[in-house]
Amino acid sequence: MNAVLCRYGELFLKAGNRPRFERRLVDNVRLALTGLSGFRIETPHGRILVRLSEGDVEEACARLERVFGLVSISPVAVVDSEITAIRQAAVACADAAVERDPAFRRSFRIEARRSEKRFPLTSYEISCDVGAAIEGALKIPVNLTDPALVVGIEVGATGSYVYADRREAPGGLPVESSGRALLLLSGGIDSPVAAWLSAKRGLALDALYFHSPPFVGEKSRDKVVTLARTLARWQALRTLTVVSFTDTQKRLREAGPAPLAVVLYRRMMMRVADLIADGTRAEALVTGENLGQVASQTIGNLATIEAAARRLVLRPLVTYDKRETIDLAKRIGTFDTSILPYEDCCSLFVPPHPSTAARLDDVERAEASLDMAAEAAAVAATAETLTL
Amino acid sequence: MIYLDNAASTPPAPEVLARMTHAAATFFANPSSAHRLGAAAARALDEARAQVAGLLRAEPSEIIFTSGGTEADALGLLGAAGLARGHHAVVTAIEHPAVLRSAERLIQHGWQVTFVVPQPSGAVSAEDVVAALRPETSVVAVMLVNNELGTIQPVAPIAKALRLTARPPHLHVDAVQAAGFVPLAVKTLGADSVAISGHKMAGPKGVGALWLRPGARLAPLWDGGRQERGLRSGTENVPGCVGLGCAAELCRTWWKDAPRVAGLRDRLQQQIFAALPSARPTVTGAPQAPHIASIQVPDLPAEPILHALEARDVFASAGSACASRTRGPSHVLKAVGIDDEAAILRFSLSRHTTEADVDHAAVALVQAVAEIERMARSS
Repeated sequence: MNAVLCRYGELFLKAGNRPRFERRLVDNVRLALTGLSGFRIETPHGRILVRLSEGDVEEACARLERVFGLVSISPVAVVDSEITAIRQAAVACADAAVERDPAFRRSFRIEARRSEKRFPLTSYEISCDVGAAIEGALKIPVNLTDPALVVGIEVGATGSYVYADRREAPGGLPVESSGRALLLLSGGIDSPVAAWLSAKRGLALDALYFHSPPFVGEKSRDKVVTLARTLARWQALRTLTVVSFTDTQKRLREAGPAPLAVVLYRRMMMRVADLIADGTRAEALVTGENLGQVASQTIGNLATIEAAARRLVLRPLVTYDKRETIDLAKRIGTFDTSILPYEDCCSLFVPPHPSTAARLDDVERAEASLDMAAEAAAVAATAETLTL
Repeated sequence: MIYLDNAASTPPAPEVLARMTHAAATFFANPSSAHRLGAAAARALDEARAQVAGLLRAEPSEIIFTSGGTEADALGLLGAAGLARGHHAVVTAIEHPAVLRSAERLIQHGWQVTFVVPQPSGAVSAEDVVAALRPETSVVAVMLVNNELGTIQPVAPIAKALRLTARPPHLHVDAVQAAGFVPLAVKTLGADSVAISGHKMAGPKGVGALWLRPGARLAPLWDGGRQERGLRSGTENVPGCVGLGCAAELCRTWWKDAPRVAGLRDRLQQQIFAALPSARPTVTGAPQAPHIASIQVPDLPAEPILHALEARDVFASAGSACASRTRGPSHVLKAVGIDDEAAILRFSLSRHTTEADVDHAAVALVQAVAEIERMARSS
């Protein structure tokens, strides 16, 4: 195996825009492979082929399994489009597969596909020819309906690919093909999942974390950096900006009745996020907010919070059950970090009985005692940005 | 920097670092190798062993080097259990997790374990430990100084009572927090095994030791090259052992500082209690190690207070550094009946702590609590 074959699906639907999506996907594949030496990317019809040295194949696969827009990937042997070479490669491929996992000995079938229609054999004839060769050489029975091992063959104009291993990739759209957004990232379980889901639909994200020193320790901040780096492995985040929220948070706490505090904080976060987003050219804000997960996450409060934002606010998790979010967080790899028990800004500053229906006019009355724009600017001025 | 978290880890003494650097560069050979480089490494190890024995007033042949306090505890407890006939153990409910989790492992292997609940003073009573004994009791574990509360446990009376039983069980003592401040003459303690840890006594992390009474027997936890009398296989951590030996040598005389350190601890507590009427000692009534002060502040979360202290250059822990990673009160605090709505703060001093340090720390705590109270107040 000296190459990885990458398949993508949904992009075909984007008729007019397809070349643009494909170019973005190829760029993202190249980015994912940064640091591997001497790989070469080819784009045969409807596929992306990464040629690289055999020792890098596993590492490349592990990275490509996290590239949005790809549907599946396979380590492949690339051979000339000529039946003898294909047959030989397929036998070697099946042999390696049963060597790796003897359970494959149970049965196999061939899945052949021909994009080069001038090839002398039809897909069916290729399957018969290669199937007989494997059956003869390795003494494995054919089973067309429920095989243990599937040997794939794709015959193209410039070369053919043979593989025995097809791995799921996350699907979705290439990151940045849908534009840019700014994520409000906390140390919790939800916001990293919201980031992943947004990136899956092609958004390129930068993240913003509200730190509250000295009440919140460095470990909480380090935890957020770890989450951001995990998301960067999916190309779901490019930078992390940390702002210090403490002073403004104190003033907001004093400004209005305690039950309004959460809504006041969140509205300020929206204002600060808008300012940061101006700099990252983000078109939307993304949050991990959910409907009803905690007492303050009511539809009324979400509306009151959103009213402070200039940009579109996306909440990919709004309808998710906690269980569903946790399952995704585990798949993404952020769950174990998210549950580390360092306090984030919430616990100390959250009043015992937050309002579940903060009315906009009450909130605006509380905010009238402070210069909101100046507060937001002051918080934004503390920004420190880390490239992930 | 006012570092009052010495019960979590101590800064290594400069002499320790110098000796370790030298040992790591010079005694790189395997102490088991036959050539003279191996002999030099073995001699360095022997010297370190003698230094550790000196601290414990024991013989070098009775010292087993380990990877730290946790392994020394596991070897003392599980090693003794491995050769025991009776399958019952008695441990205090306030042991370090290194002992408690090992005891839980015994339960998984079909043992019965009695956990002796301490008095509200934070110390177990020797009578309660003795009352928990059964004819088949073969292992008993009692720590010398509790890491969260600083309370001294009555090890010697317990050891004395155990010796009077028909078939005395193995008594393991976790002395990790005691080294340096509480006299550690293991023979007068009456224990069968005693665990210490390098990084709690100005030595390095990753190394500790178990003292084993002559005649006491242990089953090794794993097998291999039969180092450390066959009780702890694995190539010896020569630089670490040299560092531990050096630290042991240094802290042989620290007991002379104990009254002064205890005075500083009292001064810290008096100042805090005078300025914060709601604060009080977490426990009272038991003898205390000189270097640990555990203080409770009602109705406030501990972690923000610690960070507010940190902002004033004072470093301390909540309860214990290990327990502060999990939410809710630790097993120790639960065992002494502490209210889970209180912040439990642990200040642990060293012989380098000064009056100015504790004065600053007391002021910092008062400011930190005021700040957190203002934030947490609901109007």
